[in-house]
Amino acid sequence: MRSKLTDTGVVRSRAQGFSAAARQVFGRGFGPGFWVAAGWLVLVALCAVFADWLPVNDPLEPVIANRLNGPLTTNLLGADGLGRDILARLVHGSRVSVVIALSAVCIGMVIGGTLGVLAGYFRGHFERGLMAVLDVILAFPWLVLLLALVAFIGQSLMAISVAIGFLWIPAYARVARANTLSVVQREYVLAARAMGASTLRILLREVLPNVILPVLAYGLVAMGLVIIVESALAFLGLSVEAPQPTWGGMISEGKRHLATAVHVALVPSVTMFLTVLSLNYVGDRLRSRFDVRGSNL
Amino acid sequence: MRLLTRKLPWLLGTLFAVSFFTFMLVSLLPGDPAVMILGAGGVSPEAVAQLRLELGLDRPLLVRYFDWLGNALGGDLGRSPMTGQSVTDAILSRLPVTIQLGVMAILIALVLAIPLAMVSAYFAGSRLDRSISGVGFALMSVPGFMMAIFLILIFAVGLGWFPATGWVPLSVSPTANLRSAILPAMSLAMIELALYMRLLRTDLIDTLQQDYITLARAKGLPNWLILTRHALRPSSFSLMTVVGLQLGGVISGAIIVEEIFALPGVGRLLYQSILQRDLLMVQGIVLFIATAYVVVNFLVDLCYSLLDPRVRYAE
Repeated sequence: MRSKLTDTGVVRSRAQGFSAAARQVFGRGFGPGFWVAAGWLVLVALCAVFADWLPVNDPLEPVIANRLNGPLTTNLLGADGLGRDILARLVHGSRVSVVIALSAVCIGMVIGGTLGVLAGYFRGHFERGLMAVLDVILAFPWLVLLLALVAFIGQSLMAISVAIGFLWIPAYARVARANTLSVVQREYVLAARAMGASTLRILLREVLPNVILPVLAYGLVAMGLVIIVESALAFLGLSVEAPQPTWGGMISEGKRHLATAVHVALVPSVTMFLTVLSLNYVGDRLRSRFDVRGSNL
Repeated sequence: MRLLTRKLPWLLGTLFAVSFFTFMLVSLLPGDPAVMILGAGGVSPEAVAQLRLELGLDRPLLVRYFDWLGNALGGDLGRSPMTGQSVTDAILSRLPVTIQLGVMAILIALVLAIPLAMVSAYFAGSRLDRSISGVGFALMSVPGFMMAIFLILIFAVGLGWFPATGWVPLSVSPTANLRSAILPAMSLAMIELALYMRLLRTDLIDTLQQDYITLARAKGLPNWLILTRHALRPSSFSLMTVVGLQLGGVISGAIIVEEIFALPGVGRLLYQSILQRDLLMVQGIVLFIATAYVVVNFLVDLCYSLLDPRVRYAE
């Protein structure tokens, strides 16, 4: 049933070049909300890239005198239970979120997308086998699978990215396969085949350009989910290890001070919420431009 | 019935693959369980070898797998070498907590989502619809643990209505049990709520444009009757499927929520077993959860065809 649900939802393709698609995406107005959200995402990305050069305090230095100080006192966004500057920790913590969001989605997209396109194009035993394997992977609740993977490959930034990326392979394979199935039946693929184009050429020139847009459009929403997944892992103390600050880890620390200093948990929570909300919003708007329906994967 | 005979082999195949995958995943974890139990450092290699022999770790992987699977089919998942407790007993003793949590979460989510989606779909495009959908959209950006913290902050720390942590079993006091379960269940429900609402709203809007709805309207049926009697049932099928599929999300959420609220459930047991590297326990719990998930979704699939005549006659 699962495949039926997602397949009918996603089937959509476009026989047009990139430039036409780009005009369609950026041509008409998106409204102010879209640009505010996009601006916030750019800000977060810039923080992640330039964290070391930004004029913020040392994220690791405990200043006991500032312990649990609220926002707009000694520290702009307050200090945590050890007297470390929350703003600095947020800025440095954004690195983990941004790097993992980008790399995990890329891993899922490239591996899952490739498998999905191949399955949708060649069909047969390969497709059936792949779908069966994906069904088995999907039989594990994501956090259960993730905890086991992390126990297996460790807690480095790289390992966490790979583990979360692995979780995304089934979803991307399904999206790519569903789109490929509809593209393969179009006349231009038949025409290319009639002209004697090689399989590789058909895949790269005819199928891929028409599958990649819906797959990419799904990417931003996926990044929002990856940030949630990573923070859940960090909250359990199983993401990138201390002393590297992470948003989920900061919220987890803040939980201890809920009764006395709410801001320690609240500030990173709001930051993360805004980031995920922006990703969802921008992703959703872009996706509705492509008219791709696949939000329930 | 024909459906059952056709789908049963698929179910068994999936379960077999799931058990194999679970076994391999956990067996390939780094670290020798024997060394882990005896404690690293200062242990003679003979003692380690002796324990490996006792645990049966010297045998080939596949032999161990079929041995484990055979016992598991008989309901015996082994005994934790750390605590000496039977894995099956450990799971069963904690299962009621997790089931109660999950069922309450799904019920709360459905009870809130169905009327909200109906209102939203009926007044599609209005300001009311947009604010409901907007709140739902925002809820989807809140992770379960963040929701739990907010609920603790408001209802436990702020208002003091419910306890922030702890669990009272149903057998001790039903009211205290509900009070200890409500915040964890709400944290899980809020995330599900957004998803259910969005899905049902879309489906309802589709259904409301069907001819038989126009006919019902022409007959002069009141709107609430049209919505509940004629529109809800055909719109609820994808909701049902997603409730089944989202069980994985609920279980994942339960691991975190049980840890935050210190509830003695299966999720917390899994998390702590992973921290302690109690491999046999992890193996047993993962197998149990994955099996439950596959079986429930199989049953949802069956119900689906029982409830929807269109699917039934197509068979």
